[in-house]
Amino acid sequence: MDFLGAFPQMGRTDLRDLKKGIDEAFRHFSRTHGQAIEDFFHPLLKFLVWFEKLLLATPWPLMIAIIAALVWLGSRSIKMTIGSILTFLLIGYLGMWKDTMSTLALISVATFLCILIGIPLGILMARSDRIQAVITPILDIMQTIPSFVYLIPVLMLLGIGKVPGLIAVCVYAIPPVVRLTNLGIRLVDRDVLEAADAFGASPRQKLVSVQLPLALPNIFAGINQTIMMALGMVVIASMIGVPGLGVPVLKAVNNQYLALGMMNGLAIVAIAILFDRVSQKFGKRLQKHSETIHG
Amino acid sequence: MADNNGIELRGLFKIFGPHGEKYMQAVRDGMTKDELNAKHGHVLGLKDINISIPASKIQVIMGLSGSGKSTLIRHINRLIEPTAGEVIFQGQDICKMNKADLLRFRRHKTAMVFQKFALLPHRTVLGNALYGVELQGMSRKECEERARRWLARVGLDGFEDHYPNQLSGGMQQRVGLARALTNNADILLMDEAFSALDPLIRMDMQKILLDLQEELHKTIVFITHDLDEALRLGDRIAILRDGEVIQQGTGQDIVLHPADDYIADFVKDVNRARVIKVGTIMSPVSGPANGFPTLDAQASLEQAARLLSSRGKDRAIVLGDNGAAEGQITLRRVIDAMVTPVASEKEISRPET
Ligand SMILES: Nc1ncnc2c1ncn2[C@@H]1O[C@H](COP(=O)(O)OP(=O)(O)OP(=O)(O)O)[C@@H](O)[C@H]1O
Ligand SMILES: [Mg+2]
Repeated sequence: MDFLGAFPQMGRTDLRDLKKGIDEAFRHFSRTHGQAIEDFFHPLLKFLVWFEKLLLATPWPLMIAIIAALVWLGSRSIKMTIGSILTFLLIGYLGMWKDTMSTLALISVATFLCILIGIPLGILMARSDRIQAVITPILDIMQTIPSFVYLIPVLMLLGIGKVPGLIAVCVYAIPPVVRLTNLGIRLVDRDVLEAADAFGASPRQKLVSVQLPLALPNIFAGINQTIMMALGMVVIASMIGVPGLGVPVLKAVNNQYLALGMMNGLAIVAIAILFDRVSQKFGKRLQKHSETIHG
Repeated sequence: MADNNGIELRGLFKIFGPHGEKYMQAVRDGMTKDELNAKHGHVLGLKDINISIPASKIQVIMGLSGSGKSTLIRHINRLIEPTAGEVIFQGQDICKMNKADLLRFRRHKTAMVFQKFALLPHRTVLGNALYGVELQGMSRKECEERARRWLARVGLDGFEDHYPNQLSGGMQQRVGLARALTNNADILLMDEAFSALDPLIRMDMQKILLDLQEELHKTIVFITHDLDEALRLGDRIAILRDGEVIQQGTGQDIVLHPADDYIADFVKDVNRARVIKVGTIMSPVSGPANGFPTLDAQASLEQAARLLSSRGKDRAIVLGDNGAAEGQITLRRVIDAMVTPVASEKEISRPET
């Protein structure tokens, strides 16, 4: 009966030794290689810092003009352009300009990184079923594992700072762009691919002239989701020392400042909606060719 | 155009499945498609295909759905690898080419038109038409010039900037044809290119193709499951069933001498008056030739009947290539040949139902 009552768990000391062993090993690894890894990420840090400084140094009217211009280019919608201007004016008026710029810098750099790594990865996955079989479960883990769990090794390696924050954001946000690049390429009409083959397209030419253009709407949907998820990580990133709109939210949680939390939270939401609508409109415009006139 | 553009298909076999080669011997020893599928789960796509596709002519491959037509045509540009056999073009076996040579062969020697058009939906009509020459590495300006010329030839002037989606099926296939012609390749592969079009548009396209062929003299391999189309276009016709060639020859050969009941069934509804030529049913000249109308040996029975009835005669003289009288036909014989298969006597006595 005893056997059924209490789970036959590993000996207390053995278990402690096991955990300790793993921790020790990782600590050792981080002591010996931490510097090298930090050096490896140094250019990234410099880039992020530079970009953030650039955004902050830009006079606010110019910044708003640039944002409005980008929104216009992406969406071709007067309503959205005016909406974006009003949003940013309000954000500035409520004293969140600086944090918003920091967050924009983080999101932009994170998205850029995700695209830079995610699209080639998605292409590789589309090329080979074996690679797909390896990468898919990894992406599943990345999306489901609680972010705090993978923050631990990142923190042990790199300490508190912007780079570990950026890595945490990217780990969480990269799966959609990888998945949808892969999916988009795999969904390309086989007949069209066969035509490309028949006319003598090399694998590279096929990728550039057929697969990527036809996968673009899907890739765009992936980028859109990636941006949304990166924004969702802003608060967690602030826990490990990334400046931005997450910092006041964290402070508000700790001190029960309702108004502060709401305002900064809503600023994040406003940016998210803006990004989302603009990139969706842009994605739609990319598919202009599929507008049917004849049946 | 050069007359070394014929294609030899020699002993071509295709067994679909992971271990095709393993069953080659069994298939050579006579295993049928059904047996192979039931016993080993492999599909016999092609079995011992031997066709000499003539240079600068239209070779039609005909057969019902699933008979292996698409499989066959895809061996010519090696979109499908054969399990055994050779595809010889200008002394080279396409199936032995390395990757780079194969790409070059596809770019410069072949062009293909597809049943479902297979246009690039994200490119304009012009962008589609120049796709082949772009892959050849031609300068943008030259690509566009050529593509515009061929688009005009197939009647798509003014549609250069449309997207395929904005065009009707017939127009889309004109784009497909222009894309293939812009390539300026010796071999034109057409897999049921007109099957998806409705009858009138289809006739139009056939006419366009015949007109073009008159000046271009390409080696065209044309797939169809429609006998009328085959007879209209084909200089030669090969008929496939279950991956095997069961008859090949000119359209007239096939209509006059169907190799078996399957083909006889196929050809029984053909408009024989248009297919059969007077040269094949003429008899030696008997009686005076003067005062009777004359006909070319290549004229169809329909033309002969029209001539005889318009002149009110019941006999005409058939002239050979050199213009000398070679034989004669009578109205009766023309009518007989129109309604009954000359080859199989049993059909003559069968009562009309
Ligand atoms: N990749 C493949 N794997 C297995 N079997 C195949 C494959 N491709 C074709 N087949 C089989 O080979 C046979 C011939 O097919 P094919 O597509 O060449 O016929 P088809 O004459 O072009 O027919 P349709 O008129 O329908 O286009 C069919 O039985 C088909 O199921
Ligand atoms: Mg087919």
